[in-house]
Amino acid sequence: MSDIARLTDDFRDGALVQGVIDEIRRTVTRPWVMMEICGGQTHSILQSGLDQLLPPEIELVHGPGCPVCVTSLELIDRALAIAQQPGVIFCSFGDMLRVPGSLGDLFSIRAAGGQVKVVYSPLDAVRIAQQNPDKQVVFFAIGFETTAPANAASVLQAQALGLKNYSVLVSQVCVPPAMHAILSSPQRRVQGFLAAGHVCTVMGYWEYKPIAQQYHIPIVVTGFEPLDLVQGILMTVQQLEKGSREVQNAYPRLVTEEGNRAAQAIIHRVFEPCDRNWRGIGMIPMSGWGLRPELSDFDAEQRFEVAGIQTQESPLCMAGQVLQGLKKPSECPAFGTLCTPQNPLGAPMVSSEGACAAYFRYHRPD
Amino acid sequence: MCLGVPGKITEIYEQNGLLMGKIDFGGVLREACLSAIPDAQVGEYTLVHAGFALNRISEEEAQITLETLREIIDLNEELSPEDE
Repeated sequence: MSDIARLTDDFRDGALVQGVIDEIRRTVTRPWVMMEICGGQTHSILQSGLDQLLPPEIELVHGPGCPVCVTSLELIDRALAIAQQPGVIFCSFGDMLRVPGSLGDLFSIRAAGGQVKVVYSPLDAVRIAQQNPDKQVVFFAIGFETTAPANAASVLQAQALGLKNYSVLVSQVCVPPAMHAILSSPQRRVQGFLAAGHVCTVMGYWEYKPIAQQYHIPIVVTGFEPLDLVQGILMTVQQLEKGSREVQNAYPRLVTEEGNRAAQAIIHRVFEPCDRNWRGIGMIPMSGWGLRPELSDFDAEQRFEVAGIQTQESPLCMAGQVLQGLKKPSECPAFGTLCTPQNPLGAPMVSSEGACAAYFRYHRPD
Repeated sequence: MCLGVPGKITEIYEQNGLLMGKIDFGGVLREACLSAIPDAQVGEYTLVHAGFALNRISEEEAQITLETLREIIDLNEELSPEDE
């Protein structure tokens, strides 16, 4: 077995995971509600069945950390309009293709003859632009802080190559403003946060200290393997039980307090903070990143004229409440009946990080 | 989408002005951009997301985490054998 496989296996060791769950059971004395911010963690928790192994006092609610889910409907509709234009190759992460816009999705554009390509990396989209000088190549640059360095690197790469046929449709969002929004809601239930380990790999966790102080809430940087998740939950429960409200790091093999400075420098060369509209949640001030003005040549919103977007959400979908941890997917009347991964009403039912997709796939509640 | 895949750096080179590398993901080799870990060395572990290496993985920190958790569990088994 390779070293890397052994290291990963250690963090999936069933006996160790059970040992930490036993420790959580010994520590907890009363009910606590905690939120895992990242949808990747939601899927990992449900896939491994951790939600069913934890003591009943621990309630996990699922956060907004699903970039596909929070990309605004207006931007999705804009993406669909650009992807329909002749001479455009529209590149996207695969997760986005089934996300419903007001009048269809990227799959339906492809079925109607539009050139929509799934890429694994934004740098693949730059390569497509190099190989197709007679086409306009647009990349749908969505994501949280984790994806920002890759998206930014693609713009820097296109600039270095002198490409005039590459642009990005940007929907970059940031975690800390969303935490503020969740914590300042009058309906707030969350008492502790499992912070998203890969967002913190890039950004560090220094930004979370004022949040923990202001809202008097423990925040524990948490990874993605089952052992990482139960360790993050244990540290959160320990803090809640003894009344401490600090930022702790349960993912030190990747995360430092300051984060990866080189990755942050790449982000800041390309992006600057801006207001963003989060689908289902609404506008959160300074909660995203947009292209810096000197890079506006790479801005697909400016390159492609799209007029008359009139967004229309499904009246049944309650994705916004799910994304803020206010409702569980299974509480939605449309869940699994009118809304399924084959016929989604909202983005969380199709994304590999969407809570509704996780509940559907792993049969919650049983 | 924020998932990352751990792998081992097997080759480092420059391509179109970007620092790139070949990463071994348990037998599958893929290319990743190493711009965010400019002093990376062949043989080190990294976490790749969307074709971009986010950081090194510290094996030392991983072992410390595992040992700490094993100690907690061992201690509890000694203190409360009735749980078993």
